[in-house]
Amino acid sequence: MHMADALISPAVGGTMWAVTAGLIGYCSKKVKNEMDDQKIPLMGVLGAFIFASQMINFTIPITGSSGHLGGGMILAILLGPHIAFLTMASVLTVQALFFADGGLLALGCNIFNLGFFPCFIAYPLIYKTFVKDADTNYMRSNSIDFKKTERKILAGSIIGAIVALQMGAFAVVIETLFSGISELPFTTFLMLMQPIHLAIGVVEGLTTAAVVLFIWKARPEILSSASSSSPIGRTPIFKVVVGLAAAALITGGALSWFASSNPDGLEWAMFKTAGVEELESPDGIHTSLSAIQEKTAFLPDYGFKSGESNELSESSAESVKVELGTSVSGVVGGILTLIFAVAIGFALRQKKSN
Amino acid sequence: MSHHIVQADNLHYTYPDGTVGLNKINFKIHHGESVALVGSNGAGKSTLLLHLIGSLAPTDGDIRIGDFPLNKKNLKLVRRSVGMVFQDPDDQLFMPTVFDDVAFGPINLGIPEKEVEQRVMDSLETVGVPHLIRRSPHKLSGGEKRAVAIATVLATTPDILIMDEPSSNLDPSSRRRLINLLKTFTHTKIIATHDLDMALEVCSRTIILDRGQIVADGLTKELFIDENLLKTSGLEKPLTMQRCPVCSNYSKI
Amino acid sequence: MSNLQNNLFDIFYIDTLACRQSWIHSLDPRAKVLTTLIFVGIVVSFDKYEIAMLIPFFIYPAVAIALADLPFVYLAKKMLLLLPFAFFIGIFNPLMDNKTLITFDLKDIVDLMEFIGFKENIGKMGTIDISGGWVSFLSIMIRFCLTVGAALILISTTGFDAVCLALQRFGVPRPFIVQLMFLYRYMFVLIDEASRMVRARSLRTFDNSNQMRFGIFISMVGQLLLRTMDRAQRIHLAMCCRGFEGDIQMLRAINFGVPETLFTAGWTSLFVILRLYNIPVKLGMMIENLLLS
Repeated sequence: MHMADALISPAVGGTMWAVTAGLIGYCSKKVKNEMDDQKIPLMGVLGAFIFASQMINFTIPITGSSGHLGGGMILAILLGPHIAFLTMASVLTVQALFFADGGLLALGCNIFNLGFFPCFIAYPLIYKTFVKDADTNYMRSNSIDFKKTERKILAGSIIGAIVALQMGAFAVVIETLFSGISELPFTTFLMLMQPIHLAIGVVEGLTTAAVVLFIWKARPEILSSASSSSPIGRTPIFKVVVGLAAAALITGGALSWFASSNPDGLEWAMFKTAGVEELESPDGIHTSLSAIQEKTAFLPDYGFKSGESNELSESSAESVKVELGTSVSGVVGGILTLIFAVAIGFALRQKKSN
Repeated sequence: MSHHIVQADNLHYTYPDGTVGLNKINFKIHHGESVALVGSNGAGKSTLLLHLIGSLAPTDGDIRIGDFPLNKKNLKLVRRSVGMVFQDPDDQLFMPTVFDDVAFGPINLGIPEKEVEQRVMDSLETVGVPHLIRRSPHKLSGGEKRAVAIATVLATTPDILIMDEPSSNLDPSSRRRLINLLKTFTHTKIIATHDLDMALEVCSRTIILDRGQIVADGLTKELFIDENLLKTSGLEKPLTMQRCPVCSNYSKI
Repeated sequence: MSNLQNNLFDIFYIDTLACRQSWIHSLDPRAKVLTTLIFVGIVVSFDKYEIAMLIPFFIYPAVAIALADLPFVYLAKKMLLLLPFAFFIGIFNPLMDNKTLITFDLKDIVDLMEFIGFKENIGKMGTIDISGGWVSFLSIMIRFCLTVGAALILISTTGFDAVCLALQRFGVPRPFIVQLMFLYRYMFVLIDEASRMVRARSLRTFDNSNQMRFGIFISMVGQLLLRTMDRAQRIHLAMCCRGFEGDIQMLRAINFGVPETLFTAGWTSLFVILRLYNIPVKLGMMIENLLLS
């Protein structure tokens, strides 16, 4: 299930963006250093495969509904966690851009919910404990080992998929809760999400296991090469988790600092924006300081009371007694700071190329 | 003219499962020659082509391309002089736009930016589709895709062109354009095909493969007259060399 | 299945839109990506009960659609198709949040109507209470339209590869950009392949139910996966034949010049102003004063 822009607050969205960006950066680095270049087109077309396989549906007996192959688990099994995460992220990005599934701000949440758990939790900690590298290398002639491996793959995929989806669903609930846009009470939402995703997890686990077994029987070498190429030990996972926690804390902290009642946040940000105008203007640095003052004076003293009046008139009918407080300043400040940073980058690059 | 020769010496290839792919293949193709590689399905055409671009390594025997024996060490060098047009243009056109795709090879060769753009334009003009430069490959027709695929290879200025079924899946007029285009190329050409009429027009020489072996190697016109040879190799006389059913019926009446 | 095929048509169509010529289309993709992100960020930054202040933000999609000559009906339809999800979550708000947030005094409305010209007696006086839940529900719906609309406008004025290019210039790691490009390129090819497989099967299914058993499903998906992996190998070979050594580079000149700066800075300032000043309420008060004075 996808999070949507409409349901999340910028603090949650921004935090998850930062976390996801960190993960993408980490995986890209990993991939660049360790991957053989044959995997570049492979991960590309496997991302496309995740889309395409949705064309093929099977009928779930009794229920009459239909199921198809899920994404994260099978990618992790075929490609290893890092490549799989990048691939999953690309699939969700395309979905967000073209099908508006979720949305741009929620993209961070979605990539995390649907990519992180299968690739970095379910695959290394569950699937891998069931299925060791050596297992998939067994020759098929040994029928006892073959049956054993078959069962291991089955158990690993199903339990892995269920765990990944349960965690993903839980993350959706938590993100929604922290955003505070939806009124859905925590427990109700949880009671709704977890059982639904248990069912989805079982279906995804079954399909994943069956496809993995199909591949293993047809071309055993694919599985053994996939799992061995990208080792994931305890340290990297630990590092990833610590890094993520740090990123989340820092971003969340920064965003809430902006959102806190500290008015300096906005003034500081506005000052910087004024600086941007100066940098970007063709006249260069000599634009007068008065422009900055004008800009800053243009804004009232941070008190944005949206509902100044609750009286009648059609267009003010919706006016709501909202305590906007200073959450504005944080976000606006944050965004303007971003522009500032990017603009400086552009200005510098422009200077460099001139 | 020892340049740009393609030579196979007692080439032998066995698949990992034990099937014999190529058996004692010997040939020498000279600079500027056009050679058709024909044979029934599974005769070993594609296997042979994969050897020529170094994707499969022979179990036994040697390949020489230009002045170099084809081995791991020379692979990159050899691939600069050999351009391969794959059967499925979708495999060959992997970049977001036609421009990026045609530019891919020249950029990898380390050619300066300005020159890359010139090369892209030149290649597209050669194959007659300069107007497609900004388009995405997935929006091209089959014929356009094929033309662009050829352009991507031409842009790397290879000496030797290797093509796998270039006329497959083309409508008659696209096929005609392709044949006319191929006739203008002065490269050494090796074309694997089932389209014997095209082979007749484009290639002066033909190598017939059957079950991994060369059963005939000679002038196209001469080989294609030999109905027995064609029949035993799973082939048939090119249509242009058969009698026209309409005209011959007409003459009977 | 038909759903995905429709999606594919959508992508094709959006691609075509992205190829159109307009001032917005010609802008450096970075300007559009940046503006869209700022827009979405500011829109979602409002309090959950905010409605009035969200409204002016429709100016952006409106102007963009107009300038880029995008088909409004198509975009609106696409948005409607996506609405159920936000609706599903949002609809709980009215159920859970019963606190009265706004109270309309009917007398005011009657006064106003009388002023405008309705002379009849409208009926009983009283108040209408609107709960916070309904307000926040409406707010969710508006946010949804704005954010989804902005994403659609971005992609249909910019095109996917240009968005990728912008992301790359913003520092998104190369492997991820390459991944996006490959995914996008082969999505068309593989969906086509998958739909051929599905069609071939359904043509040989002679009962009307058209249900697919699990076993058949798995062998089809498995086959598709194997073919996909073979294709990846052929693509890699094709890349190697053209000198690929692990790095993909693209030549693209994009230029963030004066129009881009104006576009981004102009919209951003407008968004910020709209974020800070409750223009609808001010406007409403102005009209009210005008009418009642």
